[in-house]
Amino acid sequence: MRLRIAKRIARELPENSIVNLGIGIPTLVSNFIPEGKGILLHSENGYIGLGAPAAPGQEDPNLVNAGGQAATLVPGGCCFDSSMSFAIIRGGHLDYTILGALEVDEEGNLANYTIPGKFIPGIGGAMDLSVGAKNVVIAMEHVSKHGEPKIVKKCTLPLTAPKEVNLIVTEMAFIRVTPAGLVLEEIAEDTTVEEVIKNTGAKLIIAEKLGRF
Amino acid sequence: MKPIKTPRQAVENMKDGCSIMIGGFISCGRPAEVLEAIYEKGIKDLTIISNDTSKEETGIIKLVMAGRVTKFIGSYIGMNRIMGEKMKSGEIKIELVPQGTFVERIRAAGAGLGGVLTPTGLGTAIAEGKEVLTVDGKKYLLEKPLRADFAVVRANKADKYGNGFSAGSSKNFNAAMAMAAAHVILEAEEIVEPGQLDPEKVTFPCVFIDTLVKVSKAVAKGVN
Repeated sequence: MRLRIAKRIARELPENSIVNLGIGIPTLVSNFIPEGKGILLHSENGYIGLGAPAAPGQEDPNLVNAGGQAATLVPGGCCFDSSMSFAIIRGGHLDYTILGALEVDEEGNLANYTIPGKFIPGIGGAMDLSVGAKNVVIAMEHVSKHGEPKIVKKCTLPLTAPKEVNLIVTEMAFIRVTPAGLVLEEIAEDTTVEEVIKNTGAKLIIAEKLGRF
Repeated sequence: MKPIKTPRQAVENMKDGCSIMIGGFISCGRPAEVLEAIYEKGIKDLTIISNDTSKEETGIIKLVMAGRVTKFIGSYIGMNRIMGEKMKSGEIKIELVPQGTFVERIRAAGAGLGGVLTPTGLGTAIAEGKEVLTVDGKKYLLEKPLRADFAVVRANKADKYGNGFSAGSSKNFNAAMAMAAAHVILEAEEIVEPGQLDPEKVTFPCVFIDTLVKVSKAVAKGVN
C-alpha cells in the first residue's frame, strides 16, 4: 500500500526536477524514480544529489541524510550550509516537496507536526518546505490507524502551513487541491469512488475522466 | 593567528547561566570533544542553541540528563525521549523554531541584521505574539536575531588564522553559528599552517573564530 503511494508519486515528478522527500512514505518515492530523468533529491541538511544509503564500511561521517543515516552523493551533487539549503526551499527554487500528514483539508491546509497534549517532537524543515516548495505533495494513508478520515473539511490540529498543499496521494486516491475544492482525479485499481467518498471527510469533486492507478 | 587550546582550556571562560550555540546536524558536524569538555566543566543553567538533540546519550543529551540545561532553542527534539520528559515536567524551557527560520535568525545576528522577514510560520502557532509586516503586498513574519555568548563549531580542517573547511553536509549550522556569538570556538580535525588550506575551500573565514581546538577525526556511525 505504502509502495503504491510512492510509485504513483514518482510518476508525477517531471524531468530535471529538484525534489525533497520527507520521512516515512515520502522516503520510499526514491525507490521508483527512474534513472536518466535528471531528477535530483535535495536534503535539507545541506546538499542536492542525495544518493542511496551508504554501504556498510563505506560510511562518510560528513555525509548523512535528513534522518541522520550515512548517505551518498550522486555524481553532480553539491553541498552547502543550512542557510543556503533553506534559501533554496523558502525561495521557491525547490520543485517538489513530498511530505506526510496527520490532516489535510479542502483548502489545502496541512497539519503534520503535532497533536495537542502529546509530545511535540519538533518542526524540523516541514514548515519551510510546505511554504516554499513550488509543489507540495502529501503522501499518506487515506485514513488514520483508528479508521478516521485524514482528508477533512477543516483541519482541527495545529497547522504546519495554511493553503499550501497541491496534491494528495493515498493508497486509495489521487486528489488535486484546486480553488474550487478537492478534485478526485484517480482512484486505485482495487477501490471504488463510493469507497473513497466514504473514507474522506471532505467534499470531493469527481473528475470527468477518472483515472486508475 | 588564533590560540590553539585543549577542549578543557577552550571552555575556561564559560560560566553558569551562559548561552552556547552548538553546531551540527544530529551527529554530523557536531563538535563532540568541546561538548564533552562543557559537560566535564560542570557548568549549569545553560541555554543551549542547537538544531537538534542527538539520539544517543552523549553531547547535548548528556548535559540535559545532568540537569544543566534550563533552556533549549532548536528545531527538532524528537530523537530522544528524554527531551520529551523534561519538556513535560517543565524542567527545561523549549523553544521550537522552524529549521529555516532557526538558521536565518542566527545568520541575521551574525550579519548585523535586525531580524528576518519570512513567510514560514504565518497562520500557525509559530506566529503567535509576533509582528506581521506587509512588504510589496506580501505578508511576512518578523523573526528576531538569535545570538549567544559562545558558539562551538566544527571543521575538518582549519588553518592557524581560524579559516575553516567543513566537508559534505557537516557545514550545516556551523557556518552561521560561527558568525553569531561573542566568543567562537572552532574544533578541527586538522590544524595547518597558513597557506596549507585551499583558499577556495573555506566554509567560514577566520574573522569569526576566537579559539582553535585540535580534535580527533570523526568516525561514521549509523543513526545517532
